[in-house]
Amino acid sequence: MVDSLQYTPQITLEFPIGEEDFFMAGEYASRVKKTLQQLGLDQTIIRRIAIIIYEAAMNVAIHAHHGILTVHIDTKGIFIKTDDKGAGIPDIELAMQEGYSTASDQVREMGFGAGMGLYNIKQCSDELSIESKVNEGTILNAKVYFPEKAHID
Amino acid sequence: MKLREVQKILDAELICGEDCLDREVRASFACDLISEMLLYVTPHSLLITSLMNAHVVHTAQVMDASGVIFVGGKKPDKAVIKNAKMNGVPLLSTPHLIFECCGRLFLNGIRGDKKDPG
Repeated sequence: MVDSLQYTPQITLEFPIGEEDFFMAGEYASRVKKTLQQLGLDQTIIRRIAIIIYEAAMNVAIHAHHGILTVHIDTKGIFIKTDDKGAGIPDIELAMQEGYSTASDQVREMGFGAGMGLYNIKQCSDELSIESKVNEGTILNAKVYFPEKAHID
Repeated sequence: MKLREVQKILDAELICGEDCLDREVRASFACDLISEMLLYVTPHSLLITSLMNAHVVHTAQVMDASGVIFVGGKKPDKAVIKNAKMNGVPLLSTPHLIFECCGRLFLNGIRGDKKDPG
């Protein structure tokens, strides 16, 4: 399944996200999905990664001034990071609750802002950490590991 | 069931993706929230929605949906259709509304996704 990775060097992809750059999130999720498919990765893992990227990039576009999405692939798994400058999250625990949202009506009309973004990311990640400072920005790190048998040391 | 059978059942007009009409539809999911689609849509599911933007197409592509049905006779703009063509996502438009679409498909044996707790 992931045997092809044995010969694949580490890959790091970076994508800029601007304020209200709403339609790039799906574009990035779609692009990364295609890259991972070319690497021959498991479909379930690809879907989890695509969901994390979609939601995390949307969060940056919705709540921050600008940010960078980084996707790092190595033999252990796939690591997704968003690092943004913006409003930050005053109460991370509250933000993680399903249904909690501070998104605008414009965002809701697009079908987002239902307060499910971070919840979805958590559901799809093996590890998730969020660091945030109000009026400075937020760093989100999500990790998805390949199944144990596929680890190549 | 094939997508072309879904098209008949829902009296739907094909917007794009004629080459995809023989795709298998294994389940269906109807909603207007992208985050719910990302959470619940499984491969080869049909997506029924009244949302008309590019996110629907991206979501269908990312989640390997078999196609998208826009309800109420709505059709998306050219940019969305172009995006769907590029990503191989068939788009159809039905005059019926969400409840009617779900009812017709259910009567014809299509069910919700396995992830649905119901």
